[in-house]
Amino acid sequence: MTRVLKYILYDILRTRFILLYTAFLFISTFGLYQLDSDAGKVVLSLLNIVLMVVPLVSIVFSTIHFFNSYEFIELMLAQPVKRSTVFLGEYMGVACSLCAAFVTGVGVPMLLFGINANALTMLYTGVTLTLVFVSLAFLSSVLTRDKAKAIGIALLFWLYFSLIYDGLLLWVVYSFSDYPLEKITLVLIAFNPVDLARIIMLLQLDISALMGFTGAFYQEFFGSYLGMVLSTLVLFIWIVLPIALAQRIFNRKDL
Amino acid sequence: MKKLLVIPFLCTCLISFGTAIPVGSTHAVKTIKQAIEKASHGDTLIIYPGVYREGNIVLEKRLTIIGKDYPVVDGENKYEIFTIHADHVTVSGLKFINTGVASINDLAAIKVLESNDLRVQNNKFENTFFGIYFANSTNCRVEGNELKSDAESEHQIGNGIHLWKCEHMTLDNNRISGHRDGIYFEFVTESLITNNYSEGNMRYGLHFMFSHNDEYRNNTFINNGAGVAVMYTKGVKMIGNTFEHNWGPSAYGLLLKDIRDSFVTGNIFKKNSVGIFMEGSSRIDFKENTFSENGYAVRLQASCDDNVFERNNFSANTFDLVTNGTLVLNTINHNYWDHYEGYDLNHDAVGDVPYRPVSLYGMVIEHMPSAVLLWRSFFVFLMDRAEKAVPAITPDNLKDNSPAMNPYDFHKAN
Amino acid sequence: MISIKQIDKKFGKLTALENVSLELQTGKSYALVGPNGSGKTTLIKSILGLVIPTSGDILFSEKSIRHDWKYRDKIGYMPQIGHYPENMSIGQLFDMMKNIRGENQRSDEELIDAFKLYKMYDKRMHALSGGTRQKVSAALAFLFPAPVYILDEPTAGLDPISTEILKEKIIHERRMNKLLMITSHILSDLEELTSSMVYMFEGKVHFNNTIEQLKHETNEVKLSKALTTFIRQKELVASVSEV
Repeated sequence: MTRVLKYILYDILRTRFILLYTAFLFISTFGLYQLDSDAGKVVLSLLNIVLMVVPLVSIVFSTIHFFNSYEFIELMLAQPVKRSTVFLGEYMGVACSLCAAFVTGVGVPMLLFGINANALTMLYTGVTLTLVFVSLAFLSSVLTRDKAKAIGIALLFWLYFSLIYDGLLLWVVYSFSDYPLEKITLVLIAFNPVDLARIIMLLQLDISALMGFTGAFYQEFFGSYLGMVLSTLVLFIWIVLPIALAQRIFNRKDL
Repeated sequence: MKKLLVIPFLCTCLISFGTAIPVGSTHAVKTIKQAIEKASHGDTLIIYPGVYREGNIVLEKRLTIIGKDYPVVDGENKYEIFTIHADHVTVSGLKFINTGVASINDLAAIKVLESNDLRVQNNKFENTFFGIYFANSTNCRVEGNELKSDAESEHQIGNGIHLWKCEHMTLDNNRISGHRDGIYFEFVTESLITNNYSEGNMRYGLHFMFSHNDEYRNNTFINNGAGVAVMYTKGVKMIGNTFEHNWGPSAYGLLLKDIRDSFVTGNIFKKNSVGIFMEGSSRIDFKENTFSENGYAVRLQASCDDNVFERNNFSANTFDLVTNGTLVLNTINHNYWDHYEGYDLNHDAVGDVPYRPVSLYGMVIEHMPSAVLLWRSFFVFLMDRAEKAVPAITPDNLKDNSPAMNPYDFHKAN
Repeated sequence: MISIKQIDKKFGKLTALENVSLELQTGKSYALVGPNGSGKTTLIKSILGLVIPTSGDILFSEKSIRHDWKYRDKIGYMPQIGHYPENMSIGQLFDMMKNIRGENQRSDEELIDAFKLYKMYDKRMHALSGGTRQKVSAALAFLFPAPVYILDEPTAGLDPISTEILKEKIIHERRMNKLLMITSHILSDLEELTSSMVYMFEGKVHFNNTIEQLKHETNEVKLSKALTTFIRQKELVASVSEV
């Protein structure tokens, strides 16, 4: 496993894209810190990058990379190597390099301008979202043999979790606004990793107080030990489930 | 003739300065009670360092009580310490600790009943139920006191400085923390609250009811349970105060309820859940205030009318303005909004297109609190953008027609 | 060595392999021939476990290859088109393959030397010509001595000298009593390299015997002639049976 992983990782880190991505994150973060002296506001601006750009880049890059490495995967599978080793190796390789790019691009400016709990939570959610969306990318990659189609599915995943799901959620809240919705919405939030990451981040930023009584309820939940464990667990499921499903499909797939 | 006039004047002097009675373990008079008994009107008691445990001390003579190096007067968690019923009394330089706690009587470190022209200066209060308590008094000054308590819940503690039915009072330069309300005013008129610092009180930093024609200036209210409440009052001037970090599901920087004909000028509202929450209030001038980093800068209930918001700075608030109605009878003009994205073609520092401070999402949350979960999501961003481009739901007439392009610099103007 | 038992492979509606059964024995070299799309590559990939048959089974040394991966240790495979991590240099690629196979396995670098690939060890894969890639693929296939070699279009795109080098290598391995399976459209090469022939058409095996037998049956001296005659005969039979 480590042998395969080593080479996959090496290969991805050499592609210009990862370097560009790192540079983009670095410049954005650095620029935000330069423009705004208030570290709290910088983290809020970064939140948009983490919630929008990181998932998009992760899912699209991973899908493209998977198809670009198709022949390499084929070569590997002709060797005495397990399928799951190759597949999970690819996953780990892509996920690790994207995470490394994120942590470097965002983390280094943070270190330069002063790291705090908010910044650490930001790194944590960013890394988690990266892992989730790489996982989803691998799922969309094994669902079809066609690269363009797979990128289409990947983009659909992204659009769904970033936009469509929230629209549906608002519709649900609107339709049932006469009922107490706190617990239901809490469950619904768990079905969208982007929302979950966003809320963990917002509560960390101490802005939850303005959310009124509803907000207090969520803060109580996410602020508690159980809530933290549960939300981390749910995010973990979001990482593991798609990649496990993708692995099952891949094991039966023809190359 | 002149000599004849001088004699009564000298007499008055003798009376008011009187004799000085030293009190302390090394002096002839050991206790404050003894000293009060011995003293006559106009005498001065000089209390030397030590701990005085004398239960409730009742003072009904016109005395000046001065502590040297903060002698400690201890209420042993049982008693009210000073009960004063006399005019022209001065209490200064004492340290009051451990008053009794009672749910029926308002036990205080210093309680003043129906007296005029008192001075309470430079005292320290620690762990007192009520700190300084005035009822039915006029023309008193409370200055430079420091009140500290560390209660854990609201009902275990009284107010720091509590005034009821008073007139012409001055509260200046006091520091109050850890009480129920930092400063409490009920039926107090024509009074002045200046340069006080009220921090970390359980309920309100300042609680203010039925107190007409008062003025409070340059005070700081930080991190109080529910901020500052001003209610059922007319003719209040609130000038140059700082309302900061009143954070919580039901906390406000400033709560205005049924206020009329008042001024809110030059204040700073920073990092509050809600900068100003107002209902049933009218004819208030909001000018040159700074609202920054609040959840809501202003929550204007539909029951408010004829208020004017002019030349205020709004920056880095989540929501600048939220209202629960559609009909708006208030004037909003010439403010600076950092969310403003208009342009200024003729370079007169006034934006050429109106600013709408109420966002669609702000309205949505008013009606569906659960929607708060979507805050800062891409969906909400697009929703607000769409509404800004084609306003359909947000109140049409709620807008600033001449928004300032740059923030006002109030410090320079002062 | 390898027995293919009645395998079928369908890609959706398309049938790629239909009831294919073959016994491939050690020491023999097989030419896998057939028109484009006849299922040759699918068959090879099935043996390698890259394609999973819809039904039927493949045994390698009497063991089913389904759920097994270690048997691939015993196969040297040269794909039709070799695609490699674009940013890797040739040297790294070889290192990687050795690394993945395990340190203790001895490697056969004869082809690397013969193709003078060591001179280009620093060249990155994306900078390689089609021919050089083909050389790399060939060198990789023979990098580890194995009892079975499967070569998909080994000489396509190679210059004449390299083709000769590769052919010599294949002949050399054949003499070592290995099982060889080669697809090619260059029949003259196959004639030199192989002794048996499997002819596939539309997913079915139509001929499976020695080349000598084919020549004998068709009464031809050259393999190319023999094959065309064989196909004509087949077509004739087919048209007759259709009528």
